[in-house]
Amino acid sequence: MGSHSDGTPHQSGTVATTGTTEMERFPDPGLPPHRPRLTDVESKAAKRAERQVSLLFLISILGSVMFFVGYFGVRVEGPLYDVTNPTATDALRLQNLLLGLGIALAMFGIGIGVVHWARTLMPDHELVESRHAVRTEEQRADAQSILTTVYDESGIKRRPLLRNTLIGAAVVAPLPFIGLLKDLGPTNLDPLKETLWDEGVRLVRDPSGTPIKASDVTLGSTFHVVPENLNELSHHEGYLDEKAKAVVLLMRLDPESVNVSPDRADWNVDGIFAYSKVCTHVGCPVALYEQQTHHLLCPCHQSTFDLTNECEVIFGPAARPLPQLPITVDADGYLVARSDFHEPVGPTYSQRGTHVEEMQGEAN
Amino acid sequence: MSTSTDYEYKPQTSTGRIANFVDTRVGMSPIVKEFGRKIFPDHWSFMFGEVALYTFVILLLSGTFLALWFDPSMASMEYEGSYVPMQGVEMSAAYVSSLDISFDIRGGLFLRQLHHWSALVFAASVSVHMLRVFFTGAFRRPRELNWLVGVGLFLLAIVAGFTGYSLPDDVLSGNGLRIADAILKAIPIVGAYLSMFLFGGEFPGHDIIPRLYIIHVLLIPAAILGLIVVHLFMVVVHKHTQFPGPGRTENNVVGFPVGPVYAAKAGGFFFIVFGIMALLAATTTINAIWNYGPYDPSPVQAGSQPDWYMGFTDGAVRLMPGNWPFSWEWTFWGMSIPFNVLLPMVPIMILFALMAAWPWLERWVTKDDREHHLLDRPRNAPFRTAMGVAGVVFYTVMLVSASGDLIATHFHVSLNDVIYWLRTAYFVGPILGFIITRRICLALQRKDREIVLHGRETGRVQQLPHGEFIEVHEPIDEYKRYRLVAFPDYQVQPAEPNGKGKITGLEKARGRISRWFFEDRVAPVTPAELEAAHHHHEAVTAGTQDKELVR
Amino acid sequence: MVLALLLTGGLYAVATTTNEAKAQTETYTAQDIEEGQKLFLANCSTCHGMEGAGTPSGPSLVGVGAAAVDFQVGTGRMPMQANGPQAPQKAPQFDAEETQQLAAYVATFGAGPGVPEEEYLDVTQGNAANGAKVFLANCAMCHNAAGAGGALTRGKYAPELMGVEENHIYEAMVTGPQNMPVFNDANITPEEKRDVITYLKTLETNPSPGGFSLGSLGPVSEGLFVWTIGLAVIIGFTVWLTSRSA
Repeated sequence: MGSHSDGTPHQSGTVATTGTTEMERFPDPGLPPHRPRLTDVESKAAKRAERQVSLLFLISILGSVMFFVGYFGVRVEGPLYDVTNPTATDALRLQNLLLGLGIALAMFGIGIGVVHWARTLMPDHELVESRHAVRTEEQRADAQSILTTVYDESGIKRRPLLRNTLIGAAVVAPLPFIGLLKDLGPTNLDPLKETLWDEGVRLVRDPSGTPIKASDVTLGSTFHVVPENLNELSHHEGYLDEKAKAVVLLMRLDPESVNVSPDRADWNVDGIFAYSKVCTHVGCPVALYEQQTHHLLCPCHQSTFDLTNECEVIFGPAARPLPQLPITVDADGYLVARSDFHEPVGPTYSQRGTHVEEMQGEAN
Repeated sequence: MSTSTDYEYKPQTSTGRIANFVDTRVGMSPIVKEFGRKIFPDHWSFMFGEVALYTFVILLLSGTFLALWFDPSMASMEYEGSYVPMQGVEMSAAYVSSLDISFDIRGGLFLRQLHHWSALVFAASVSVHMLRVFFTGAFRRPRELNWLVGVGLFLLAIVAGFTGYSLPDDVLSGNGLRIADAILKAIPIVGAYLSMFLFGGEFPGHDIIPRLYIIHVLLIPAAILGLIVVHLFMVVVHKHTQFPGPGRTENNVVGFPVGPVYAAKAGGFFFIVFGIMALLAATTTINAIWNYGPYDPSPVQAGSQPDWYMGFTDGAVRLMPGNWPFSWEWTFWGMSIPFNVLLPMVPIMILFALMAAWPWLERWVTKDDREHHLLDRPRNAPFRTAMGVAGVVFYTVMLVSASGDLIATHFHVSLNDVIYWLRTAYFVGPILGFIITRRICLALQRKDREIVLHGRETGRVQQLPHGEFIEVHEPIDEYKRYRLVAFPDYQVQPAEPNGKGKITGLEKARGRISRWFFEDRVAPVTPAELEAAHHHHEAVTAGTQDKELVR
Repeated sequence: MVLALLLTGGLYAVATTTNEAKAQTETYTAQDIEEGQKLFLANCSTCHGMEGAGTPSGPSLVGVGAAAVDFQVGTGRMPMQANGPQAPQKAPQFDAEETQQLAAYVATFGAGPGVPEEEYLDVTQGNAANGAKVFLANCAMCHNAAGAGGALTRGKYAPELMGVEENHIYEAMVTGPQNMPVFNDANITPEEKRDVITYLKTLETNPSPGGFSLGSLGPVSEGLFVWTIGLAVIIGFTVWLTSRSA
């Protein structure tokens, strides 16, 4: 190695130095002398170690037996998580413990036994082996000449037409397999604009499904709401898909404390407000209602929305307020939606701005 | 073509006959010759890779058992099993089968817990192993490609875990899927289409669980197995690295032979790891899905976090403000781009890119292209150790941020204050980590020098004839001393002109980084320095003590 | 518009009686009210006003009902010892009789929810499966799916629900203490409240079948366990395995 101030490219496998001489170093004293273990010099110690290893293997057998005691011996009968009688749950917990401890002991017995055997009884002399080069120059030269021969004999070099058409075919051949993936899912994004909410659809409780009267919603209460037509859908027909967009939170606030913009004046019923429960950050249900502060908190990433200011974001990673559902009361006093949301619910996607324009165009 | 000697060997025992039969068909003897007494160096920090391998095997075994009973279907049905609080509830077949495994199949709960605890430990051991390789410099030539394979395994472990814990289709993991869907949707132009493709339509759809299932039980394990084979093959080709010490050079391997010692220890360790996992599964509940309920878009629970190895992504999105100091959702060319969702991913990707590229970065800065088979003690490479700690601090700040709400309730502090502090730590933490770690490394190196030059402090105080009190220092033997002085002396490599005699901008930058990394350095003690120190000692002390040779 | 206002206002007035319909039919004696007033004046009026109308230091107690008092005083939250984001639970300052007297007095401020009847606190009559549904939909987001508690903003929190008396659970739901929303009987019916209590008692009575529950806090405690105890055990074994035998 040496200085490279003459500008020659440095050889691979070397390190550039700054031109100072390498410091004198302590010589390698070689492997330290082997120190015998107790089990090497004293046959009693060796015998003891042997007994210990055998005992560990026996413990392993006991462990396997314990497994079967738990498997066949513990009866888990009766309802689990009964409110007054935890017998079955206790039994299940015991069974899990015995099964697992049994296997654990079986494994530990073998493992610790074998390791103890190696540490105490097998020779512990350190041996030396030399490393060899990953590749020698001779191997490299031979490989190079073989590859050159292969390349020449294939004829690709002399026949560019052959090569170019092969490349063309190879590039295009995987495309059908990518094409097969297209039917993984639909490409129609319109469903993102629509929810089950529509004019006249009643707000009902989740999970009981009963409709809600305006008078039920007292100051400080919060209702978890879904549209009444949701419960007509079976799971197979997309119940969960629609619910994922339609979930709503309903709360009554003191009208004096809320700032309502003029174009949303008739979206609330005497201080009863309905907002989408789907967080505009990344979609978790924004379900925590702080009654006194009028804040909605999302438990996933702590986005906080201010109900007195149309759910404006006041803390956390959400960037957009929660969409508001316009509501009113029907003739019987039940709360109903005036229309669907005026914007797509939930997290942002590229086409959302366009969708908002389309939806608000339709609303006008 | 066999030679006549093949047919001459006549084994004496029945075992010998069977072995001979196989050997003459398969050719085992050369393999036994090559590998039977192969030497492996021994250090406890080398075992994390084994822990990763063994927990992977346990995952395969326990996963196969679970697959015998798990139903990866989102078809809806009523629960009719033993668990009272879910009786009559409508839920997916995946959740039903997960409850059945937990409550109505003997050993099912144990298998579920064994599988999940092993998954957590698998991800942890892969991470610790990766950190060990980083901090000891084991990724240097010729192991750079194996480092990349390792990074690949690290990422696959995370995906394996995420797809796995989403399979029971419970509320907690279902909300995790919802978040993943939203992050997909956030990707410009294609996001919403990718979301539709992944879920077979709108979220949650009916396809995601069966698709995650095949990814989790077939595609990812196959990829992991393949990469493990490559990973271990390269370890065999390169042989394992070793710490410097007496008798250990760049050209040898010192340790124990595979047969019998290393095989016994490694094989025994498999059973020990299995035992630890089984002990966890026997005694400690994990992923109590029965509490969370079947996935429904309406419920959610306080304290919603992913499994730990996904925590850094959760923490990163929690830290990013959405509406401060201005809204982070911008509109470009008619597209809505939520930078509040996308931006946190950028530093993460940079971190992983730096991690993957580190062998080349270090080579570029140090201009060191030699093969390295001797490891660095972390203190002897302060630049690398400090950079690594900075990266770890950055990762850890994000990881800790994922539990911000639990920190708030546990320590009775304001959730919002926790986030403010962590936002600061996100930027300040890595810088502080670098500075403090480098100082600690240099200090430890100086301490090593002290020990070489002046010996070990014995704690015995002696009064000299002229009245002075000294503490007696015991010199260390040559073996111990060699361990403390056998490390490479990293030096600054200033900028140099290239072949055309010009110093490029890149080379200037490299020179600056080299100076930043290596200007403050502690060199190993030389024999001359030790001599000088001894002369000094003799001038001070009157008598001599028994110089015990201590190993 | 005016008609609508009158309608909703009138309905609102009726609504407050919907809670009373299921209220305890126990009547408080004049003695209870008189003793309660003494206790109130001595311990509560500083913050809540001489007649419970509220001051800058404490909210009005008009219409909170006996249920609120039984909850707040019975769990020791009130009298509040120090200012803070919310009143923590602590050792109750008053015994059952005094609590009843205070409740009797505060109930006179205005119509409000009463102490629940025994039949709605009887878990043997409750349905844990329905309770789980209602709990997961309405309560888990603040209190955690297993009732282990959770964080709210700015230092507030939803407390752990294990070990809470049945009547206190009911009363908290129906009165909505501090930032907890009000779950009046029209939102969660008394039968559903009983189901929720049954579910919570189910969680309390039964151990976790998998072993230690680690506080039922989920992946965070599980991950912490692996990185502390799990890693310590593994490293312990690796150090032993690679060390020299004596």
